[in-house]
Amino acid sequence: MTQFITAVLTSLSSGAIYALMALALVLVWRSTRVINFAQAGQAVLTTYIGYTVIQRTGSYWLALLVAVVSGAIIGAVIDRFFMRPIFKRIKSGPIVMIAPVVATLGLLGIIQAVIGFIWGLTNQSIQAPVSTDGFKVMGTVIAFSRYNLLVLIFVAVAMLLLTILFQKTDIGLALRASAYSPEIAKLSGIKVDSVRTLGWAIAGASGGLAGMLYIPGYFLFPNAMDLLLVFGFVAAVIGGLESLFGAVVGAMILGFAINFATTYISAKLFFPTAFIVLVAVLLLKPGGLFGSKKGRSA
Amino acid sequence: MSLVVSNLTIDHGAIRAINNVSFTVPQGQLAAIIGANGAGKTTLLRTLSGLKEAASGSVSWNGDSILGTRPEDLARSGIMHVSDGKSVIAELTVKENLALPGIWRKDKKDVAVATSEVIELFPILGQRLSQSAGSLSGGERQMLAIGRALIARPKLLLLDEPSLGLAPLIVEQIFQTIKSLVKKMNLTVVLVEQNAMGALKIADEGVVLNLGSVVAVDSAEKLLNDPAVRAAYLGF
Repeated sequence: MTQFITAVLTSLSSGAIYALMALALVLVWRSTRVINFAQAGQAVLTTYIGYTVIQRTGSYWLALLVAVVSGAIIGAVIDRFFMRPIFKRIKSGPIVMIAPVVATLGLLGIIQAVIGFIWGLTNQSIQAPVSTDGFKVMGTVIAFSRYNLLVLIFVAVAMLLLTILFQKTDIGLALRASAYSPEIAKLSGIKVDSVRTLGWAIAGASGGLAGMLYIPGYFLFPNAMDLLLVFGFVAAVIGGLESLFGAVVGAMILGFAINFATTYISAKLFFPTAFIVLVAVLLLKPGGLFGSKKGRSA
Repeated sequence: MSLVVSNLTIDHGAIRAINNVSFTVPQGQLAAIIGANGAGKTTLLRTLSGLKEAASGSVSWNGDSILGTRPEDLARSGIMHVSDGKSVIAELTVKENLALPGIWRKDKKDVAVATSEVIELFPILGQRLSQSAGSLSGGERQMLAIGRALIARPKLLLLDEPSLGLAPLIVEQIFQTIKSLVKKMNLTVVLVEQNAMGALKIADEGVVLNLGSVVAVDSAEKLLNDPAVRAAYLGF
């Protein structure tokens, strides 16, 4: 019984972190039609910035705030000064689909190399702000800590804020309109380019939060977020790549599948499970669980 | 106060889509641009609203050159383009579609007034506010697209084929609405239409395009009675 409870709770907290990464990818995909592989680099960079803040001030909370804000700034800067010029220069041909994605891959390499230069390649660690000792349930210690609970709460609050932003505000309406139909949005007077940069900023902030929540249970090194990028991507695709809600659902499915497979079958299934779930979902629903049925042109 | 298009030339890749086109639409008038499929009507309109670049020539609105201005800036200055067919965002609700100009308009009170005017003009939209725009019929989508443009309080309205794919009765209704708007709101309208007959009937001026060139510019009434135009574009 405690094993089951533990599996459910750890599924939720790991799913929550996958969800943040998946959201970051979906936000950029919706606004720019690019899978942003650089997101792993952006998120690890903001976590290093957070790490430095902790070294200087000793405050995890200040570091979290700085990481989220710098994530937003880095995201906006990448879109404005890197992606936008690329899209301006490349207008037609098959290269339109490939060049921006390759550019994000290149950017990922650059960011990770720069991190290596500044902070070195050795593993660092970030102390969690609250206890990482498991709770006691019916006399047994389970693998779910106060810190895991904190992660869940943070992600839930972030989701709530994003939902309010997207569904209840003018900015959210502009973000959705620009994602669904950039041309009609422009003709309605919406500054689609600026809205897109804002989308990158929100994605960057989401990645910044993901990094600061993920790393305390792990180590910090230039490639520390690569696996999370892959899982975030798998979750986003399961959810249909278009839907923010789908990204969260996809991440939770992934969290549960991985944790249950590793708890009840074999720990070796950690990595394969993600792809078994992905292939199964795509066979049953090729567009993902919440993807749009009709194909949408860029 | 007028729209002046002079010597406008537009390329579509390697193809010259619009060749040295000139015409003037005085303020408060409705100009119909007619011509067969492939005459370059839509390309011309997309250039007027900033979606497409011109190769040469000039376009001015009230004396200001507007060529090369971005579509969102033109929209904010009162030039609204309702693009062809079903220019609505299907994934958003009717209410959200109508709310788009309200995102940037400063005068929120007037946005509310304009919105209720649009619902008065097209009552069916009022009944469908919380439905997704994708669930609307073709005629309702056209009403929504025009209604959304009106909420921006436009001075110049560019309409691309509002009759496309609609039943004759609905076409008649849309055309009459457009005509009444010109008078009521002192709008200037450029109406691009394949339905030449319907368009010329409500228009003040007519521009006939063929393979990217102007073949006739005259008052709509004269064009309707011109034997050559009748034979080529009106079918009788």
